[in-house]
Amino acid sequence: MRSSLGVAGALFAVALLFSGVSRAEDVAEQLSSAPAKPVAAQKSSGLKGGTADHSKFEALKGPFADGSEVTKACLSCHTEAGKHFMKSIHWTWDYTNPKTGQKLGKHNVINNFCTNARGNEGMCAQCHAGYGWKDDTFDFSNQNNIDCLVCHDTTATYYRLPNSRGHDACGVMFEGKKPIDLPKVAQHVGLPGRQNCGTCHYNGGGGDGVKHGDLDSSLNAPSKALDVHMSPDGGNFACTNCHVSDKHIVSGSRYDMIAKDEKGPGAPGSRRDIATCESCHSSKPHDKPSLIGFQLDTHAERIACQTCHIPEIARGGVATMVDWDWSTAGKFIDGKGYALEEYKQGDGKERHTYWTIKGDFKWNENFAPTYKWFDGRMMYTTIDTKIDDSEQPVPINAVMGGPNDPKARIWPFKEMHTRLPWDPKNKSLVYNHLWGKDDTAFWGNFDMVKSVAAGMKIENRPFSGEVGFLPTVSNWPITHMVAPKTDAVKCGECHTEKSRLAGLPGIYMPAHSTVRWLDLLGYAMFVTTIGGVVLHGLARVVMGKKKTHGEV
Amino acid sequence: MTDLSMAAGTPPVKTKRSVMIYSRYERFWHWSQAILIFVLALSGFAVHGTLPFVKFSTAVTIHSWAAIALIVLWIFTTFWHFTTGQWKQYLPQISGLPAVIRFYAWGILTGAPHPYSKTLRRKQNALQSLAYLFFMVMIGPALWSSGIVYLTYPWWASWAIGTLGLPIVAFVHTAAAFLMITFVVIHVYMTTTGKTVTHYVRTMITGYDSIELTPAEIAYLEEERSGLLGK
Ligand code: HEM
Repeated sequence: MRSSLGVAGALFAVALLFSGVSRAEDVAEQLSSAPAKPVAAQKSSGLKGGTADHSKFEALKGPFADGSEVTKACLSCHTEAGKHFMKSIHWTWDYTNPKTGQKLGKHNVINNFCTNARGNEGMCAQCHAGYGWKDDTFDFSNQNNIDCLVCHDTTATYYRLPNSRGHDACGVMFEGKKPIDLPKVAQHVGLPGRQNCGTCHYNGGGGDGVKHGDLDSSLNAPSKALDVHMSPDGGNFACTNCHVSDKHIVSGSRYDMIAKDEKGPGAPGSRRDIATCESCHSSKPHDKPSLIGFQLDTHAERIACQTCHIPEIARGGVATMVDWDWSTAGKFIDGKGYALEEYKQGDGKERHTYWTIKGDFKWNENFAPTYKWFDGRMMYTTIDTKIDDSEQPVPINAVMGGPNDPKARIWPFKEMHTRLPWDPKNKSLVYNHLWGKDDTAFWGNFDMVKSVAAGMKIENRPFSGEVGFLPTVSNWPITHMVAPKTDAVKCGECHTEKSRLAGLPGIYMPAHSTVRWLDLLGYAMFVTTIGGVVLHGLARVVMGKKKTHGEV
Repeated sequence: MTDLSMAAGTPPVKTKRSVMIYSRYERFWHWSQAILIFVLALSGFAVHGTLPFVKFSTAVTIHSWAAIALIVLWIFTTFWHFTTGQWKQYLPQISGLPAVIRFYAWGILTGAPHPYSKTLRRKQNALQSLAYLFFMVMIGPALWSSGIVYLTYPWWASWAIGTLGLPIVAFVHTAAAFLMITFVVIHVYMTTTGKTVTHYVRTMITGYDSIELTPAEIAYLEEERSGLLGK
């Protein structure tokens, strides 16, 4: 192991060596990748006009000892906001899907990036809209624990820290950050802009663009070609313009999707309560009476809008991760952890291709999605699932629905492939204790058996003591980065032999789906006839016969 | 005995005269149908993926509009057939079929005359009429009906979910299209087998052909339908 590392280190000049076990300041850099620019007037579906100037409120003058004191001040006027917010998934991290009955939410699920938030709250709850969740002692009933500012700051000077310290080497995290001027932030609150949501949603999976492929910091100021809705040259939509909210419950959760919205925009002026394309554009949006327009409306019955209108994933210059191998984590050079940065993304930034604390990564950008039938349901492989590993990769979230289901449509997905730690004896996924200043956390001790044992102990789950690495795939529905209509996927990219949709069951597409024997027979008949006619004509010429017919 | 030339027991002396045998509408119909079928065949096989250099959406647009044009032409022509009584053209041919079969079966051996010559009212010989019959009764309708069903797919798409509806329609349409282009090759070749290579084509363009007429027919045409007689 050491020797191959030596070779790798020598081969790649970009290989970076660090004295610390993890390059924690890098996490900081990645998690705050959104350029610090104040929110410009973005279009939100919420109230417009602004009847209150928060800088004039006595309660917001400060001084504030911490964010929680700001929250207290907020709630002194917004008396119901706390109660409302505490019902939202942004607070509970707990969600039971009404269609599948599965218990989901970030508190419960295992994904194939940094695996599980459970047991790692000290780090992961950086993206929990609350203050101080580091273990099970966190008080979910205390409204003062809510973090209003992360969503409502408009100065782009507010940031969050991990709720607990990691291993010693991670102590450098966020060093050099300017202290937050809380009164200033409190006096400049407003509706959430893209960068507010992006603080967490751009950085899922551990860094800018890592997880989704259609959500990254390029959406802070996207060109129209990247995103017609969010571009300042286009609609300049804030996320909340589509993800409308009601009492702080934001619509459009990935845990329960609407794959086909047959209601459309509803009656004029009726409130939209979902984030589907159809809720604004209707289900028959194409130009008519153009013949192609009619055809495209018919397509929309079976094909999600996103399938044609988001031609490629990660088009903004920020790459997304497509492959992660946890089995190679924990390698050292001269006893030290290290990182390689051998992928240079569109905007010039280099991304990790190896990192001692995480393993090997592969990246991609500007690539076509993978298409699947989808009826809005996903079956998650959870910590409770007895895994059937006979077919690999094992889906972390299996996309449900097929061609015979009228509610299903063909959707675009980013597939993420990961060799993920699991318990091969018990055939289950595992909670891995990654973060913490203790002697079991993987990030610091680099003993996966120990860290998984610690992770499984939190809920007293069975663990055989053996850790294997299971090939898994997760499916990330692609729905942002909608291109201008002129850049939509062309008919001929699917209606062709090498179709984008090749291999999907239950489709008939002219130019792609042909009956081979009919074609062979047909072409043979046609060509033979031409041959016969030519021969006959030649024979007529040769035999000098101008007429072959007796009559006339 | 509707057919003048076949009425007489002893054939009267005939003279060759240039007569308009394809009316203006018939020629218009023939050539516009020919062009449309040509366009439909090219665009259709582009849709099918045979001609990958044609943009798919362009092919669909052309194919669909040409198909609609052909349907309109078809409706007009059906109307024309009935208002002009031209539909009767097909009846004596069908009833005359046994004669031509007899000719090919044994008459040809005994030196009997060909039972048909092109006459004022009859424009095709027996083989031709069989081919056209096959075309009119089989390939054409199969192609058009499957095409119309294919064209209206947006209206029955949701009903056909989970069925083989579309693949079957497409299969019939494609199979008929192969037969059609094969027929077109034979048909075009057959037009070169007249007195000269271009004789039939010229006839279909000008509408005039020289036909052997009985004195009675000439007298009839000169008096009643002088416009039909050429020089
Ligand atoms: C009334 C006449 C016709 C109608 C209504 C019709 C209609 C259609 C329609 C709706 C399609 C599906 C593709 C599209 O949306 O454009 C199609 C495909 C096609 N058509 Fe036609 N068509 C007609 C005549 C013809 C003719 C005359 C030919 C060839 C000689 C032809 C050959 C084809 C072929 C090869 C395809 C592709 C089939 C496949 O791969 O699924 N069509 N036609």
